[in-house]
Amino acid sequence: MTAVLPVSASASADYRQRNARRVKLIVLGLAALVFAVALDVSIGPGNLALSDVLRALADPSGVEPRLSVIVWDLRLPIALMALTVGAMLGLSGAGMQTILSNPLADPFTLGVSAAATVGASVAIVFGWSIIPGAGVFIVTANAFVFALSASLVLFFMTKLRGVSAETMILVGIALLFTCNAITALLQYRSNEVQLTQIVFWTLGSLARATWGKVEIAAVLIAVALPFFLMRGWALTALRLGDERAESLGVRVDRLRLEILVATSLLAAVSVSFVGGIGFIGLVGPHIARLLVGEDQRFFLPVATIASATLLSLASSVSKAINPGVIYPIGIITALIGVPFFISLVMSIRSKGA
Amino acid sequence: MALSVQDVHFGYGAAPVLQGLSTGELPRGSLAALVGPNGSGKSTLFRCAAGLLRARSGRVSLDGNDLSGLSARERARKVFYLSQDTEARVALSVFDIILLARKSLHRGFALSASPEDVRAVEAVIEELGLAPFASRDIGTLSGGQRQLAAIGQALVREPDALLLDEPTSALDVRRQLDVMATIRAATRRRGIVTVVAIHDLSLAARFADHILVMNQGRIAQAGEPDKVLAHPAVSETYAVGVHLERSARGTLLVEPYIQVH
Repeated sequence: MTAVLPVSASASADYRQRNARRVKLIVLGLAALVFAVALDVSIGPGNLALSDVLRALADPSGVEPRLSVIVWDLRLPIALMALTVGAMLGLSGAGMQTILSNPLADPFTLGVSAAATVGASVAIVFGWSIIPGAGVFIVTANAFVFALSASLVLFFMTKLRGVSAETMILVGIALLFTCNAITALLQYRSNEVQLTQIVFWTLGSLARATWGKVEIAAVLIAVALPFFLMRGWALTALRLGDERAESLGVRVDRLRLEILVATSLLAAVSVSFVGGIGFIGLVGPHIARLLVGEDQRFFLPVATIASATLLSLASSVSKAINPGVIYPIGIITALIGVPFFISLVMSIRSKGA
Repeated sequence: MALSVQDVHFGYGAAPVLQGLSTGELPRGSLAALVGPNGSGKSTLFRCAAGLLRARSGRVSLDGNDLSGLSARERARKVFYLSQDTEARVALSVFDIILLARKSLHRGFALSASPEDVRAVEAVIEELGLAPFASRDIGTLSGGQRQLAAIGQALVREPDALLLDEPTSALDVRRQLDVMATIRAATRRRGIVTVVAIHDLSLAARFADHILVMNQGRIAQAGEPDKVLAHPAVSETYAVGVHLERSARGTLLVEPYIQVH
């Protein structure tokens, strides 16, 4: 094109500038995440100096065994579990919010977490294992199977009834209440020890972290994030409404089911590993939306990074409040997350991101 | 070389909407106006033609080729349907959504846009005069501005057939004329088939090469604007009287009026 297009060319310059800014934000976010994880590792019982922690990280065999055990077997699994679970919850929440066009949606709203609690309660109260030979992992295994079943119910009911966002939300909320009622029933007929166990499970705690769980979670994220990003343009189109997306050639029903399966898997794994950690899957995507808008190419990774950072910070807080005591992180995310989130929404909404 | 809808039947559940509808041949390079009362099936016809709905029977063809065998993406590339709904309020800029319309033509996972795609978006922004608000989020725009951005999405895809559902309903008088002229020029220049569903009969008469009058799921009358609008089918379809007049400038003006018996 030979014509001089000063005005529209400035629109594409704006576009490039905005993208450059968003890429910069992703890099900054990753830096913040590294910082948060480092902070998380450096805080905890044992009164270790930061230099000792760094030394143990750099050379596990070169330091005294006590130091190495604390850093590598206790702190690092917890810190990396916070990172990976935060990332899974964030990506899962972001995906849910996009396919349901509802900023309040996350896998917890749709009953995945409640179903996991039912599974865990069944294991605690009756000792029934869905997967034979689950052994000591009976609670985790049951939670996972139930969480995934909830997603499958959601999947098939929406497939049967037509995959509109409204149907999915309604079915999800029905699941949520059903599962809560079943858990209450199980609690009612459990003894005191079992009741305490159920309540603790529901709270969500990173103390259940193991290297094995961290590895599974890391692999899942490494697969899921590209899976989402490959559908980035189509997901952005979905934000313009089902009909427009279809006009643009997106197969809306199939896309929605694919993302539903992926988000459910992420949620089921994180809930079964560490219990219910509320709010992260809701807040992370909101922060991302405020920072980079709804172009899913940027929104999804930023939501993932923001959520991981938040959960890492919450993990640090859970250890710092009362040295020597690690509070269940589910309590921290809700107590600290809510005021933080509200102040964030109030301060940024007025400016318009 | 034309778009043609032949004997299409469609219904939502038991209620029939399209009842053996045929448009005849709509040649490339021509602009057709689709007029008809609310609920006569105009949008349903568009959705069937674009493949968003599967017709129970009948055939939609472009240049003689049946479109039903194409994949969703291929069909959307050939026939673009712009729905009336421009209400989405999301944090995406006008530039973003027009680029999105262009990018979704391609298969593949390239996250970044090619320079050609960006140039195509720039050209459409220029053509429709969107530049003053091209970087703003569509959620912050007026209804008319959003409608213009949506028309930008339609033009940037360079389809073979363009089905526009009331593209001027939210526009001011000047923009209506500009947009209709732009659409007609693009239709001629690119040699595409354009069908515009529209309620304003004068605007239809002024810009369209053909008018299709739709009533109860069928085409009641079709042909050149002055002949069709003079036909009794129009007043039967709308249950109004129709007075036609040439203005001093030579424009055909349509004055509908309610008949008192």
